[in-house]
Amino acid sequence: MLPYLIKRLGSLIVSLFVASLVIFACIEIVPGDPASFMLGVNAQPDTVNALREELGLNTSHTQRYVSWISGLLKGDLGTSYTYRSPVSDIVADRLQVSVPLALYALTLTILIAFPVGVLAAAWRGSAVDLFVMGATQLGIAVPNFWFAILMVIVFAINLGWFSAGGFPGWDAGILAVIKALTLPAVALALPQASILARVMRSSLLDTLSEDYIRSARAKGLSRRQVMWRHALRNAMIPVLTIIGLQFSFLLAGAIIIENVFFLPGLGRLVFQAITQRDLIVVESVVMLLVFAVVLVNFLVDLAYAWVDPRLRERS
Amino acid sequence: MSLLSIQDLSLSIHGQSILDCVSMDIGPGEICGVIGESGSGKSLTALSVMQLLPEGATCSGSIALSDIEILQADEQTLCNIRGRAVGMVFQEPMTALNPVQTIGQQVAETIRIHQRVSRSDAMVQAAKTLRKCELPLERFPLSRYPHELSGGQRQRVVIAMAIALQPKLLIADEPTTALDVTTQAEILRLLQRLVAEDGMGLMLITHDLAVVTDIADHIIIMNNGKVVERGQAKALYSNMNHPYTKSLFKASTHQPERLGQVEDTVLLSVQNVVRDYPMARKSLIKKPAPFRALNDVSFNIYKGECLGLVGESGCGKSTLTRAIMGLDDIQGGVISLNGKDVFADETAREKMQVVFQDPYGSFNPRHKVGRLVSEPFFRLGRSATNDEIVESLVSVGLEAEDRNKYIHEFSGGQRQRIAIARALIIKPELIILDEAVSALDVSIRAQILDLLAKLSTERGLTYLFITHDLTVVKAISDRVLVMRDGRIIEHGDTKTVFHSPHHDYTKKLIASAPQIQPVEGINI
Repeated sequence: MLPYLIKRLGSLIVSLFVASLVIFACIEIVPGDPASFMLGVNAQPDTVNALREELGLNTSHTQRYVSWISGLLKGDLGTSYTYRSPVSDIVADRLQVSVPLALYALTLTILIAFPVGVLAAAWRGSAVDLFVMGATQLGIAVPNFWFAILMVIVFAINLGWFSAGGFPGWDAGILAVIKALTLPAVALALPQASILARVMRSSLLDTLSEDYIRSARAKGLSRRQVMWRHALRNAMIPVLTIIGLQFSFLLAGAIIIENVFFLPGLGRLVFQAITQRDLIVVESVVMLLVFAVVLVNFLVDLAYAWVDPRLRERS
Repeated sequence: MSLLSIQDLSLSIHGQSILDCVSMDIGPGEICGVIGESGSGKSLTALSVMQLLPEGATCSGSIALSDIEILQADEQTLCNIRGRAVGMVFQEPMTALNPVQTIGQQVAETIRIHQRVSRSDAMVQAAKTLRKCELPLERFPLSRYPHELSGGQRQRVVIAMAIALQPKLLIADEPTTALDVTTQAEILRLLQRLVAEDGMGLMLITHDLAVVTDIADHIIIMNNGKVVERGQAKALYSNMNHPYTKSLFKASTHQPERLGQVEDTVLLSVQNVVRDYPMARKSLIKKPAPFRALNDVSFNIYKGECLGLVGESGCGKSTLTRAIMGLDDIQGGVISLNGKDVFADETAREKMQVVFQDPYGSFNPRHKVGRLVSEPFFRLGRSATNDEIVESLVSVGLEAEDRNKYIHEFSGGQRQRIAIARALIIKPELIILDEAVSALDVSIRAQILDLLAKLSTERGLTYLFITHDLTVVKAISDRVLVMRDGRIIEHGDTKTVFHSPHHDYTKKLIASAPQIQPVEGINI
């Protein structure tokens, strides 16, 4: 187990290092120099020079990379050009929305997908299965922003159960936060749950046709017991892979839903930073997202090993 | 009073009749061998007893286990019977165990679902059962996972799972087919011992006549869903009535006729070949020692000869095939065909072709047979002409029209013919047959061996016949090599090696191989 862990941890560090190089290089190869790019074509030369000085563009590439990385390690992400405040503060603000939203949506995804997938697999070919397959098809096909707008009309405007948009902040209390995040979380979760339910179903069906399931039935286990004791855990590997991908997506890919609900999340921050050419924010947030994705993958790898003893040795 | 009594069992799946009035009785302490080729219905007979049939199956007739009528029983009763009154062992030990549970858990599960015992008591009982199946706790702790065990050891775990509650009846469906001969002999001995100790009835299903000859009390022969012959084992061998039984016996001892001349010229020369596989790195500092799959292997094959290469799984047979074909680099030695080094001179490879074991997996299902057969031409930069395709198909006993069909339209035996046609089409001198008849039924195997013999007589072909099956090697090869742990440990004339083996391993191998004992006054 330990060699597996060390190996995974090693690959995590290498991934992060390579990603930081790529991100840094991308910013560096922006045509012209970053300062004039950020300020646009009509900028005064002395403003550009001032920014160059501020960004440290007069020093060498290596020096800039080292100072960027050492800043990152210390939690200093630089100062945003457009917001004129430390990037770390802005990002921390946004994370207060994005992380709970992603976790909320992921929890809903799992809570919906697991029972639905198990049910469909257990009753393969039945009306239940047909319904699940049809409904999940729809869940994947319908754009979630349209669904979000629909929910706003029904649950926020007509019924008044949840807020239609905006984020009151954690100071407003947990209830207000739940009110603000429920509709977006549901909107985010539906297509993801549809995908995950289908993966769960097909993975379970594959597992249920394995020889060891037949062996287990020959021991006297009922269909239900076989499902819980033998099939479920073996069917988890593809499901975990998808969950890992989904969490990464939910963290930063919620931009459209954030816009629909006026949520100050990470997705919107990146989007705004890109339109405002605020490269400092872009650079740091992208690095942060890479870190999140790599970390989630690491956790998924650990989950694999927990599920399947063969992977603990085959590192 | 018999333990299991099957009367007029008929079975159909989605309206298609599979079993037709099958009857058999098994008493306590009795071993009943059920023999048949694939599709004969022997496995479905066993699954009917367990009522673990595929969807859409309907049974009629009667299956009585002691005083319970299985076909009338509800699911709850069946769950109580399975594992407690009837245990079952399946063919494929590699996949019959849940990979994410320990062997202790899996054996204990049989106990825990039928009896109210604590987890730790069940584990104690599981350890006892595993010991009975010759997996003592000291060497095989209960915390082992299936992937840490060999095929034979896994089969012992499966058997332990089946007999943990000392069922009255044990059904073993091809329990040794996937195992090496030496392991097969051990597993058969184990089953025999368990029957004697516990007084179980054993239904032993197999396609291999030789497996049951020594141990079965009576034998049932099935063909196309019907029982065609039955009787006491010894009596049946000396007096067979049904033509199918006779043909089955003939096929399993079939000796193909080869008339080709063996010349003095060396066709393939393998000299001091070494093949290392890198191992997974376990430490950051130390480089792992490679695994030596071929260790100083040397032999020659003469023109027109059929050389048999036998060995158990993992001995390096397939690695040798890959090396000879030039598919994998070697770390030492020389392999040459007609004096040309196969690694240095690519044209050397044009004169050899290979036929693999799996007639199902070795063809691209999206191409027609005509194109599949002409594949060896592709690296020569041209495609086969129509005449060449037809000629190769006809030479293996297929029809010219077959070139327009897809591979799924053919049976296993026909597919293997297509594989041979594919090998023949560029007129090679050497054909490597890597377990080429191992997956086939005996009657089909006999036909393919005849075909190979005929082709070698007509075309002066040379074969390297790689297999774990000693009967096949004995039937077709002129000389034989015995391989173990990447080394050739014995070689010589087929007759000499089989009659007076030198190496202990060869002796053990020959002793383990089940044989149909010739009975005096046999009437085939």
